[in-house]
Amino acid sequence: MNGILVVFRKEIIESLRDRKATFNSLLLGPLLFPLLFLGLAWFGISMQQERAEKPLRIPVVGAEHAPNLVAWLEEQGMERLPAVENPEEMVRRNDAEAIIRIPAGFGEDWQAGRPAPIEIIADPSRRETSVTINRVKGLVQGYSGQIGSLRLQLRGVSPELARPIRMVDVDLSTPKSRGMMVMIFLPYILMLTAFVGGLHLAMDSTAGEKERRSLEPLFLNPAPRWRIMCGKMLATTCFGFASLALTLISFRLTLPFLPIDQLGIELRISTQSIFTILLVIAPVTLLAAALLTLLASFARSYKEAQSYMGLVILIPVIPSMLFMTNPVKPETDIMWIPLFSQNLLIGEIVRGEAVPAVWLLASAGGTLALGLALAFIAANLYNRAGLIYSGMSG
Amino acid sequence: MIKVSNLYKSFGKVQAVRGISFAARDGEVTGLLGPNGAGKTTTLRMLYSLLPPHAGEIEVDGLNPIRDALAIKRNLGVVPDNRGLYNRLTARENIRYFGELHGMSHDSIRERLEDFARRLNMADFMDRRCEGFSQGQRVKVAIARAMVHQPRTVLLDEPSNGLDVMSTRELRKYILTLKGAGHCIVLSTHIMQEVAALCDRIVIIAGGVIAAEGTPPALLARTGRASLEDAFVDLIGTDEGLLA
Repeated sequence: MNGILVVFRKEIIESLRDRKATFNSLLLGPLLFPLLFLGLAWFGISMQQERAEKPLRIPVVGAEHAPNLVAWLEEQGMERLPAVENPEEMVRRNDAEAIIRIPAGFGEDWQAGRPAPIEIIADPSRRETSVTINRVKGLVQGYSGQIGSLRLQLRGVSPELARPIRMVDVDLSTPKSRGMMVMIFLPYILMLTAFVGGLHLAMDSTAGEKERRSLEPLFLNPAPRWRIMCGKMLATTCFGFASLALTLISFRLTLPFLPIDQLGIELRISTQSIFTILLVIAPVTLLAAALLTLLASFARSYKEAQSYMGLVILIPVIPSMLFMTNPVKPETDIMWIPLFSQNLLIGEIVRGEAVPAVWLLASAGGTLALGLALAFIAANLYNRAGLIYSGMSG
Repeated sequence: MIKVSNLYKSFGKVQAVRGISFAARDGEVTGLLGPNGAGKTTTLRMLYSLLPPHAGEIEVDGLNPIRDALAIKRNLGVVPDNRGLYNRLTARENIRYFGELHGMSHDSIRERLEDFARRLNMADFMDRRCEGFSQGQRVKVAIARAMVHQPRTVLLDEPSNGLDVMSTRELRKYILTLKGAGHCIVLSTHIMQEVAALCDRIVIIAGGVIAAEGTPPALLARTGRASLEDAFVDLIGTDEGLLA
């Protein structure tokens, strides 16, 4: 066993002395991610607010065909811009977010009691315009509803008859669970940290040693290679874990500064939740270390290892992406699946739900099992002569 | 004591070693002499058990490098051609790391470190990081690291590569001390002077086979030449890849 500890200690010391690498793996993430998170959330929220509150300035084509409608819109606070030559082109060029066009037949249809057409020219694929489009539609619908009710009343019919159903929203989401929507990126960021934290150490201690040719004298020691590998893998795990812990602490400290109270969202992660999250993701750091060590021992050089690592950091993204587009209900069966389970569990913890102990055990068990399987493969790779002499001439 | 018989090793289509046999005795320095690419490094790597031979037998003190790899490593000190030091560790930490991997106690490692500092004249740079060390300093650290567990058999691959005159002298003195202490020493080299100054027996390798083997006087007598260099050229037919 002491071979493992000897290697572990040496790798930690050597890595800590590599200032740039230490900064990248231990400090950059914890500093950058919360800032990024804070910035994105702040930016997103203020953009939404600005769009919802700024005056609507909409060009109206054919205003003369429906003077009453236009007057009503202006009354509601919409600023009417003069008609434009080619509204489609203008929207396409993104010079206007939405344009109202009232066709010449509007008055005729209106008089005849037929639904009178009115066109809202917009491009909903530009997502930033959706607030404006919805506001314009809301105004027009409001006018339409008002006139419709009046017409019925004139004919002695209660407008209620035209509304057989009244929909009522009963919103059970609490301020805390609404916070979850802001928190959708948290699992992703944390999983990424668990992978990236040990990345440099894994590459440096395997592919790097191979490249610097220090692996050859190292393997001349009477320590079995699997122990040497375990020492390196544990050091990688340790860096991943440290990076994760620092990121969580930094989230704990920065979250109170998110400007989210205005949105009716409560976002507080208690220190206890932070600990639980750390425990939930801890097995991932081992899994990540095993995977990184395995890939790094495949690579002939540091450069080649780096090219694999670009793909590795995509792995923790997969469950997050999947859940963002395709939300899944947390169940015991899923908890065996590494990375997926942590993603769901972090969500539950942040929402303030009580998490069954079985889920935690299944999640840790499934992740550790896969991690150990990968470590086993890596240990076998370490035993091949090719590990030291690949890419060298005899 | 090393016995090698009929060793073969190829990499793909390249046959690096084709039937090499020789013996290296305790208390003697055996030199593997040959031009670059002759198969010296490959032979040494098979001796120190990191490369399995395709055919042939190796015995180091009666042990087989493949079957008894761990046992052999306990009694083997190796300085590979790439010294492979850890640049972010100090000389002392490099040596201590290997001592610990050999399972040595802290006290005995400290004793060995003091001994190296004196005998290899390392005190000045013992606590400096290896980054920026001269070739001479690097070789000293590599040797100390290889010898920390006091192995009986010592294998040195091109030990004086890139060394200045002073370091070369120190290195030779140290190798002769080891020989005096009864160690079995095998070194590979392509430098004639080194062979003349150090070796009791010479194994001349060229193109993966042994061109000649024997003590320096025996080789001279066999070729009828006055200098080892001429004898060597006679034996392998060219002086390509050799340094005088």
